[in-house]
Amino acid sequence: MLAASGVALEFRGVGKIFPDGTEAVRGVSFMVEDGQFVAVVGPSGAGKSTLLRVASGLTEPSSGTVAVGPTVPGYVFQDPTLLPWRSVQANIALLAQLAGLPRTRRRELVAEAISLTGLEGFERHLPRTLSGGMRMRVSLARALTMRPSLFLFDEPFGAVDEITRQRLGQEVLRLYERERFAGLFVTHSVVEAVWLASRVIVLSARPGRVLAEIDVPFDYPRPLDLRFDAVFGATARTVSAALQESFA
Amino acid sequence: MTAPARPQLAPPSAASPDRPPSRLRRAARATGPPLAVLAAVIGLWYAVTYLALAPRRRFLLPPPHQVITDGFGDWSTFHETLKGLAATAKVALVGLAIAATLGMIFAVLMSQAGWIERSFYPWAVVLQTIPILAIVPLIGFWLGYGFWSRTVVCILIALFPIITNTLFGLQSTDAGQHDLFTLHRASRWARLVHLEIPSALPAVFTGLRISAGLSVIGAIVGDFFFREGQPGIGSLIDDYTRSLQSAPLFAAIIVSSLFGLAVFWLFGLAAHRIVGSWYTPRQRS
Ligand SMILES: Nc1ncnc2c1ncn2[C@@H]1O[C@H](COP(=O)(O)OP(=O)(O)O)[C@@H](O)[C@H]1O
Ligand SMILES: [Mg+2]
Repeated sequence: MLAASGVALEFRGVGKIFPDGTEAVRGVSFMVEDGQFVAVVGPSGAGKSTLLRVASGLTEPSSGTVAVGPTVPGYVFQDPTLLPWRSVQANIALLAQLAGLPRTRRRELVAEAISLTGLEGFERHLPRTLSGGMRMRVSLARALTMRPSLFLFDEPFGAVDEITRQRLGQEVLRLYERERFAGLFVTHSVVEAVWLASRVIVLSARPGRVLAEIDVPFDYPRPLDLRFDAVFGATARTVSAALQESFA
Repeated sequence: MTAPARPQLAPPSAASPDRPPSRLRRAARATGPPLAVLAAVIGLWYAVTYLALAPRRRFLLPPPHQVITDGFGDWSTFHETLKGLAATAKVALVGLAIAATLGMIFAVLMSQAGWIERSFYPWAVVLQTIPILAIVPLIGFWLGYGFWSRTVVCILIALFPIITNTLFGLQSTDAGQHDLFTLHRASRWARLVHLEIPSALPAVFTGLRISAGLSVIGAIVGDFFFREGQPGIGSLIDDYTRSLQSAPLFAAIIVSSLFGLAVFWLFGLAAHRIVGSWYTPRQRS
């Protein structure tokens, strides 16, 4: 379904029951406006990935509807999902290639995405020679080439160390501040959610339902040391408390 | 103060206490054990020839040096053996090439449509279970006793591993990568060319290696039955056996085995060159 103007993504009463009977999410409704960055936190198995798959059209909802824009969303999976036989630049070029863009345009888009993600000098590397954080950057750059108006992030930094995680978070913020895409960012880190998003959705344990929607009272650009601000702490505490409820 | 002892993974060597074993040492580690086995086998061979066999029965197992002087040293005999090998090699390689082409096409078709796989895969299994020796006479009956009959034997024997390995490779593509292609509305062709075929390549090479060995066996078996034209090494083996020429017989057997080995090694090398940069099988350390 096509979203109304000004809306990047809207879930209306979305439920998903898998053929084996697992009910992943139930009656989920919320909206992401154009240019808005929303985070989803919830316990593992709450149906967060399922929500993103439904949003992208990879999975059909069992009930309810989902409305999105006309273009393919950028999807950054938990795994970098790079093609191991392709170099960094060939991996980044994949989506433009699948879209059938001419070679020269492809090259421009790739060069731009490489410079946006700081991958210069690694163009010819194979994925296996890169660290986990660098692979995630390549995955991000690949999604960027298509200039999506909506980005879906599925715990993209779950598998990297804390320092890399912060740096990648900063990069996503920087990209967002520059491009102002709409974003739906799934994470299990409360601090990451509050730091990146202007609104945090808290999901219950399975089947996932929306327990709380918490606004984050900060504008962009956001500095890294925002995390040590008192209001930031209070917001994080509110999210954390709602998350505690989800286990009850 | 002394530095704490570092944990030692390998016993220290006098020359380089910290560095990993040199290339030479690794080469020695790789070739030493099989060479030791070879030496033991040759020793056993001599023992059987001279200790177990009575002199008049010694033709059953001539000593190794006699195989070398009479089998390889006699140029006209060895030349004959090499010509036979060339004829057999041609059959094996043509058969393998055809089996590889057909097998990969079949595997791609099966991977693209479930009904093709369901209809044909059981027959591929049946093909595999037919005792090939039982139908070889039939092939001669239909196709004659020359090159093509021998080649068909190779194709029949080499086809199945290509089909199964290629199909396995095509179907074991990463689900996340499939999602990415689905999300971006990739055509079936784009998915095949940019995702499924490249990720199947390591498995394809595994299949090719197995089938190369089988094709060589098929060609030698074919030689036993189909004797039109240039005799292959299989017919020479048969002739030497009948005429009790054991030294050339052993030479022919050794040469055929070396050829099989060379083919196997060549495909290993090709696999390493083509997919080695991004694909490493799990190794014993
Ligand atoms: N294809 C599927 N078939 C059956 N159950 C599934 C499938 N995908 C996910 N699930 C189940 O649905 C629940 C939610 O999964 P998921 O959306 O991956 O949760 P999260 O991302 O929040 O950890 C889990 O219990 C999971 O096992
Ligand atoms: Mg998940």
